[in-house]
Amino acid sequence: MSTARLRDLRVFPGFGLLSVGCVVFLYAPIVVLAIYSFNDGRSVTRWAGFSLRWYQTVFANQNIQTAAMNSVVIAVIAASVATVFALGAAIATVNGKKGGGEGAYVVLTFPLMVPEIVTAVASLVFFVAVGISLGFATILIAHIVFCIPFAYLPIKARLESMDATLPSAAADLYASPAKGFLRITLPLLVPGLVSGWLLAFIISLDDFIITALVAGPGATTLPLHIYGMLRLGMTPEVNAISTLMLAASTVLVLISGLLGQAGRKH
Amino acid sequence: MQRAIIEPNPTPPADSKAASPSKPGSLLQHPNSVAAEVRNLRKIYNVGSPQAHEALKDVNLSIRANEFFTLLGPSGCGKTTLLRILGGFEMLTSGTCRIFGEDVSRLPPEARPVNTVFQQYALFPHMTVRRNIAFGLEMLGKPKAEVERTVERMLDLVHMREYADRRPDTMSGGQRQRVALARALAPQPKLLLLDEPLSALDLKLRQKMRLELKSLQRETGITFIFVTHDQEEALAMSDRVAVISNGHLQQVGTPEDIYEQPQSRFVADFIGESNLIEAKVADSAGSEAAFDIEGFGQVQAPIGQRVEVGQQVWLSIRPERLVLGAVHREGPQATVTDRTYLGNAVEYHLRAGKHALTARSPRGGLRGRQDFAPGDAVSLGFEPGSIKVLLS
Repeated sequence: MSTARLRDLRVFPGFGLLSVGCVVFLYAPIVVLAIYSFNDGRSVTRWAGFSLRWYQTVFANQNIQTAAMNSVVIAVIAASVATVFALGAAIATVNGKKGGGEGAYVVLTFPLMVPEIVTAVASLVFFVAVGISLGFATILIAHIVFCIPFAYLPIKARLESMDATLPSAAADLYASPAKGFLRITLPLLVPGLVSGWLLAFIISLDDFIITALVAGPGATTLPLHIYGMLRLGMTPEVNAISTLMLAASTVLVLISGLLGQAGRKH
Repeated sequence: MQRAIIEPNPTPPADSKAASPSKPGSLLQHPNSVAAEVRNLRKIYNVGSPQAHEALKDVNLSIRANEFFTLLGPSGCGKTTLLRILGGFEMLTSGTCRIFGEDVSRLPPEARPVNTVFQQYALFPHMTVRRNIAFGLEMLGKPKAEVERTVERMLDLVHMREYADRRPDTMSGGQRQRVALARALAPQPKLLLLDEPLSALDLKLRQKMRLELKSLQRETGITFIFVTHDQEEALAMSDRVAVISNGHLQQVGTPEDIYEQPQSRFVADFIGESNLIEAKVADSAGSEAAFDIEGFGQVQAPIGQRVEVGQQVWLSIRPERLVLGAVHREGPQATVTDRTYLGNAVEYHLRAGKHALTARSPRGGLRGRQDFAPGDAVSLGFEPGSIKVLLS
């Protein structure tokens, strides 16, 4: 019924054109950005021939490398810690239905809907109030916190699709709760865990607003550095970094998506 | 097989948890000992809340060693709850639950010498058949060589050798069923619990698995406790059956007892088919009584308990034991309202006064049996001993 209606939509005149328009609107800027990262000239609007010089500049730039390293380290730690918290939260909300699983679910995922600037200001005020000096540590703490709901959703989905009698079967076959978790539940959750970790990693890697507010004068991440470079004038160097980040994100999202699909088929 | 309804319970062997659930070599359990015993068992879900629900009401039950014992009842009657309490997946509200003499009421599943075949099998999807079967033995810390030997034996026992290295999700329902059985039998439990294991299979396979289960039970000598809502399954496989309804144990006995000597209206109606007729005691003398049936006449039937003249009772008679004849003598009469051809039998729906009755006669019209058509008047005959008197 619903598929029939979806098919019907295609008979409307102009449907194809509209679809193409949408795709162009979404992706044209990104494609242009990527193309001009290979521009030989200094302009980001006028083509002067193919070259990899801006990529060479990026890889030679010490500041960019430091910022990128910070970003990756923060993203890896934040995603890992957030995934552990999210795993605990998912097990508690899926299995412990008596403890108000619905309420816990709303509380856990609400940050996804809160405007990011609000979270950013709140984090900043909190750090200042508590007296933690702004810098690498505050970025890391803030990232761990906002990554938890992103890591939580895929893990929860995976746990819900798992046969709930499996832990009972493990206990029936003389496995202690800890052993049953390690031998049965955890291996079955791996796709959800990887998917959640990757999602958290990307979110952390890309974050700008929260990072900008809680980063101290010393610490910087790649998005912050790129923003700084823009204020000094646009060169294809920015395009080159952006294209590299885009490539990294795309690969990770793809892996996360594929794992999620494999999980659903199970 | 031990089929006596009542027997003295000898003192159970002093098997404790220290003697591990699997004693290699000693497959046969002490005959005549009590495998599982529940006393005054009550289970209330959501105690103290408005949704409180009493799933089991004061259940007392003894299951003997080496027995194929079935818990039978309609869905929601509490039979699965009882099984889950024996397995340790559900905590009892009050009462005791013993397995070979040991009080297991407060033990978690992993500390009980009991294994379960789950309704949807619950095979570990990330493990091969071999790893699934080995799991329980590994958790018990058995030496590697013994684990391997037992797994091989189990693979042969359930004829799954060629699938040993496959994963469960590539197999059919019947194959998964066998793996689940092998996995549960591998640690040589003292009790094997089976939670409607055949309900996910199609009819032909179900009938085949019935025979296999029965012979597996005989081969291994392990006490089987089988839960089902299918009375045919229960009658076909069990040494004894417990009929449960609405949290109450209705009757415990051999399949013959349960079918031939129902003790309540529920059992008479649930096991097979029965005509249930309201009647009043007209006269009672010793082991026989006469009953008045409104608009029907009087019938004689043997009685098990004392009845008072004028007491309200129910009479139960199986459709195949109601004999129809031409009207030429005195006695109860009825009118045929419908005739249904069933292949191996013919079923007649009858009306006698305000009572609707069903009679079934094997291949009506042939082999000297008279056939009737709707509208015919018939006389009703009862085979000797075919009327059961039920007080509840």
